[in-house]
Amino acid sequence: MNALPQSAMPASIDDPLTIAGRSYRSRLLTGTGKFKDLAETGRATEAAGAEIVTVAIRRTNIGQKPGEPNLLDALPPTRYTLLPNTAGCYTADDAVRTCKLARELLDGHKLVKLEVLGDEKTLFPDVVQTLKAAEVLVADGFDVMVYTSDDPILARRLEEIGCVAVMPLAAPIGSGLGIQNRWNLLEIVENAKVPVLVDAGVGTASDASIAMELGCDGVLMNTAIAGAKDPVLMAHAMKLAVEAGRAAFRAGHIPRKRYASASSPLDGRIA
Amino acid sequence: MKIVLNGREEDVASDATLADLVASAGLAGKRVAIEVNREIVPRGDYGGRLLAAGDRIEVVHAIGGG
Repeated sequence: MNALPQSAMPASIDDPLTIAGRSYRSRLLTGTGKFKDLAETGRATEAAGAEIVTVAIRRTNIGQKPGEPNLLDALPPTRYTLLPNTAGCYTADDAVRTCKLARELLDGHKLVKLEVLGDEKTLFPDVVQTLKAAEVLVADGFDVMVYTSDDPILARRLEEIGCVAVMPLAAPIGSGLGIQNRWNLLEIVENAKVPVLVDAGVGTASDASIAMELGCDGVLMNTAIAGAKDPVLMAHAMKLAVEAGRAAFRAGHIPRKRYASASSPLDGRIA
Repeated sequence: MKIVLNGREEDVASDATLADLVASAGLAGKRVAIEVNREIVPRGDYGGRLLAAGDRIEVVHAIGGG
């Protein structure tokens, strides 16, 4: 559906996202929470074209629902790059512990999404704990994609520590408020040598496009898709939005002017 | 003897291994990760890991999350 005929495809369309030495065609990363069931999770993930999907690490239900379907059956690690997160952790220690469990669970998998939260109401990151955890995890050999505030100085510090991607929020997690501070995001993007992905706050397709038009390398979202009336359709919309925003960023915005500039030639008019 | 499994007290035989516990919890062959007293026990070591009274065991898996 999104495939252009080969002849119409610009040569520059080949534009992979590279994280920790691995290249991905899709710049849309999706979460796997809040879906109605695993079948819907699978369909929405497919419609989003996501190659990297976040998962949470939680206690196994002992003795309950023995036949319960497993997330990893719907999203096999052979097909998707799983990104275990530390969602729900409020201290660096808990986040590090969670990442180590994820590494054991996924047979030595090193890529993790670090998030250390500071407040239940806003779910804003605790940046002090985030920095601490990032240092420990990087030293332990993890490839850390880090959820952070939209503070450019902090983003730089996290990059200096050795995080493989910096992921500032656009707005609070699950809020759907869209890009709240595009100037900060722009500053982060311009300074960064690692991929910058907007993580959290996207509500609809245009939000994702704006993030990409600002030069972000990707967008990670969950609620905007899972919470939509039709999650699969929204996943499709987000895929198109991320691709459109990326293409527009690379193509280059025209200079902004205050007054009009006619599109049709002035010569040869009949009156 | 008593151990604590995912926050709940359980009774196990005094010579039980972690593999025994995993089997009795219906988790044999399932993709899980396990900590005993906050220390990760690699999947291949369950059979050789004897449990002790008071051990605190966490068994986790991957679920949907953002």
